[in-house]
Amino acid sequence: MISHDLSVVAPEVALAVYAMAALMWGVFTKPGEADRTIVYVTAGVLAVVGLWIAAGEAGTRFAFHGSFVDDGFSRFAKVLILFGAAATLAMAESYLSKTGLLKFEFPVLITLASVGMMTMVSANDLIVLYMGLELTSLSSYVVAAFRRDSARATEAGLKYFMLGALASGLLLYGASLTYGFTGTTLFEGIASVVDQPEPISLGLLFGLVFLVAGIAFKVSAVPFHMWTPDVYEGSPTPVTAFFSTAPKVAAAAMLARLLLDAFAGAVADWQQILAFLSVASMFLGAVAAIGQRNIKRLMAYSSITHMGFVLMGLAAGTEAGATALLIYLTIYVVMNVGVFAFILNMEKDGKPVTDIAALGLYSRREPGRAAALAVLMFSLAGVPPLVGFFGKFYVLVAAVDAGLVWLAVAGVIAAVIAAFYYLRIVYLMYFAEPTEALDGRMPALHGAFLAGSALLMIFGIVNLFGIDGAAATAAAALVR
Amino acid sequence: MQNLLSLITFLPLIGAVVLLVFLRGDDEDAQNNAKLLALFTTTATFLLSLFVLFGFDPSDTGFQFVEETAWIGGLTYKLGVDGISVLFVMLTTFLMPITIGACWTVKERVKEYMVAFLILETFMLGVFVALDLVLFYVFFEGSLIPMFLIIGIWGGKDRIYAAFKFFLYTFFGSVFMLVAMIAMYMDAGTTDIPTLLTHQFSSEPVRILGLTVMGGAQLLLFLAFFASFAVKMPMWPVHTWLPDAHVQAPTAGSVILAAILLKMGGYGFLRFSVPMFPVATDMMQDFVFLLSVIAVIYTSLVALMQEDMKKLIAYSSVAHMGFVTMGIFAANQQGIDGAIFQMISHGFISGALFLIVGVIYDRMHTRDIAAYGGLVLRMPVYALVFMLFTMANVGLPGTSGFVGEFLTLAGAFQVSTWAAFGAAIGVILSAGYALWLYRRVVFGDLIKESLRSISDMDRREKALFAPLVAATLILGVYPALVLDVIGPTVAALIENYELALAEAGVRLAQN
Repeated sequence: MISHDLSVVAPEVALAVYAMAALMWGVFTKPGEADRTIVYVTAGVLAVVGLWIAAGEAGTRFAFHGSFVDDGFSRFAKVLILFGAAATLAMAESYLSKTGLLKFEFPVLITLASVGMMTMVSANDLIVLYMGLELTSLSSYVVAAFRRDSARATEAGLKYFMLGALASGLLLYGASLTYGFTGTTLFEGIASVVDQPEPISLGLLFGLVFLVAGIAFKVSAVPFHMWTPDVYEGSPTPVTAFFSTAPKVAAAAMLARLLLDAFAGAVADWQQILAFLSVASMFLGAVAAIGQRNIKRLMAYSSITHMGFVLMGLAAGTEAGATALLIYLTIYVVMNVGVFAFILNMEKDGKPVTDIAALGLYSRREPGRAAALAVLMFSLAGVPPLVGFFGKFYVLVAAVDAGLVWLAVAGVIAAVIAAFYYLRIVYLMYFAEPTEALDGRMPALHGAFLAGSALLMIFGIVNLFGIDGAAATAAAALVR
Repeated sequence: MQNLLSLITFLPLIGAVVLLVFLRGDDEDAQNNAKLLALFTTTATFLLSLFVLFGFDPSDTGFQFVEETAWIGGLTYKLGVDGISVLFVMLTTFLMPITIGACWTVKERVKEYMVAFLILETFMLGVFVALDLVLFYVFFEGSLIPMFLIIGIWGGKDRIYAAFKFFLYTFFGSVFMLVAMIAMYMDAGTTDIPTLLTHQFSSEPVRILGLTVMGGAQLLLFLAFFASFAVKMPMWPVHTWLPDAHVQAPTAGSVILAAILLKMGGYGFLRFSVPMFPVATDMMQDFVFLLSVIAVIYTSLVALMQEDMKKLIAYSSVAHMGFVTMGIFAANQQGIDGAIFQMISHGFISGALFLIVGVIYDRMHTRDIAAYGGLVLRMPVYALVFMLFTMANVGLPGTSGFVGEFLTLAGAFQVSTWAAFGAAIGVILSAGYALWLYRRVVFGDLIKESLRSISDMDRREKALFAPLVAATLILGVYPALVLDVIGPTVAALIENYELALAEAGVRLAQN
């Protein structure tokens, strides 16, 4: 029995063991000697584990008496999480070296956070869910404050920790209420109570609301988004890049499993909550970003808007909605990796620059990079024929199909508002007054991520590289 | 030639990619090569599209040259032309080489400029040949990106404001169409346009927020499409982006904008609104007539007062598009024939008028009407061409402008005397502003010192106008060239429209 359980969690175990090994490796070599190697090796290991999971056998397997599940949905999310984490980690090295932040603890923490995220998306039990969430969060708090001597970064880390702790408290409270009213922490057990024909009890409803609120904090959905801009701005840029990709996928996928599996019988109860979170996130993200001049804060609000769209897919509460959620997340992660490959290299005289005004007429000096970023911006705005549009398209289809036409209409209006600030970056690069030149260096790896991401956004129009089919299979595994 | 339409649609894109990948450097040779390649590509596209025109069978009212392949999800990549769209394809491929020729004096970022136009051509052609809702939307919205960049990078002084206004205005209009398209997809279970043309969308009244919406789903879908096409067209009162975009866009950009991009709105009405939502169209007829008449009269009056030549022509475009919407919503043979004819003819005339402004702008770098006068003394050929297109713009018999206006008025007259009466006033006003513009720019004494050395059109410029002059005159004296192609398809469209109305019982209720 235990051997079966272990074979199900083998990727997680392997990564956890690797994290320990990497820690030892860092500790037992001279300070600074192996740091760079560990970063790249870790990125490689994350990617390899991602491939391992992608190539793994199909089907649904449970471990630890049903509290941990390995199904198509979790595998899709895990692959996305691992590739996102690997990409952002691989890009982090040059920035960390330049700013003197390169320590072997960084890749170790990212690995541990990845293990936590994998646990989150596989959690089929409230306790496991909480365990995964806390492992991710605790690692994240530390990397957010990784620049110890900067007041900004410390503030970001502390803020993240305080609000994160509050959210965890809410989640735990919700979990205990749920346990109290269903008598179990297993999703299966909760589902069997929720599925009964009579409406769910008030206590369980409270539990549900608190659970959703706690997770909404992690996906930075309005009104639980306050930490996002500050943390994005204060953290070192590679950390921001990491935060904006993998953890978002993990939290959204976890929420999807909780709602579409455990609380599938109570769609009517949580649909309005999700719809509200979605609308509020889309609009606040779109409107608040207009005033931003700091590109990291701008990306923070941008991610809030995008999470609003993800939640719209979830609010549909259908298999089509879960498919749309996965497609949207995939496209979102690819776009963000590309954009952050660019932001990581925005510097003047060796110092990082975050003011978007520095991009004045950037296309003159670096036509290739400017074109790639412009493509990504149009894609983020959801303008066809770029792939970003198809993410929105699937979400809107799911929402309309579920009868949430008003939500779809609100979404497209928010998309138009959001288009304004994405366009502004294009405008700055292509037809503003020239400003002082940014440094021209960009490591080949970053260039490859930037160009690759932009090319994917263009050529995806042909068939989306088949991710729609893969996402549909994954979603079918989740939705009963 | 199974994939003829795909070939035509994507040939410009291939040209753009070749330019991007293989052309290096920014010296004069490279610039010339970029222009020549673009000219070659657009000309080749035009020649290829002739196969479509000559292979097209007007008596067949269905879609021809159809090609279909599975695409993402449940969508299909499906192209085809019918009597309504084939001429728009021709208009686009015909005007593109002329537009590229009009860019010959551009010196800045020539390669990118050509790439933007080539990509734009692919999107524009795609709009007219797409037979899948989402494919249509992709092309329709995709055209915003190159146009945004063309206005923004190569535009005039206030280009930033104009570019943003253009993009956000049209984007805002179109997103509602996207939601409507998805709703149609859910209702009919397909995004295939030929199938949707035969699908009956419900017109049972529905209650929304306590209000009863007559016309039901059809009306809501209609309004969503209307938001998009009315902005694109543009109809009064959502036309305000057009003068800004026109004034700031470079000459070639203005030509494309006026001659082709605006036609997407009219094409959209004919492809979607009228045939798919007949009940709603019937309900909204008077409302659209009202907007059209206001557009014709109001924007003509506004055009009278313009100081800037491009702005004047832009307002005159809005007025002429008023005739088009009026003709379309008259929903009878003359009206729709006339609307399509008016769009084709306006493509030639407004394109030529913007080129005419471009000719003197290249020489004097101003578009102020007050800066000119007496040009006839120095530029006789120019004065002749300008006069021809002024007359065509006014709608003088013998030019293509007359046929379109006459047919739309005749069509509207059968439905609403008042609308035709109001629009006819616009005809008079258009004579007012067009002739007055001509008088102020071309006639009078040559008193401005700076104009004494201005030179007449050179060979390149004459070559640009020659096909436009020919098209305007030929269609003016022999409109059957167009009407024979569109006639049967329009007749079938109207027949289906009447049938659908009868089925829904609208006509019965009225009688």
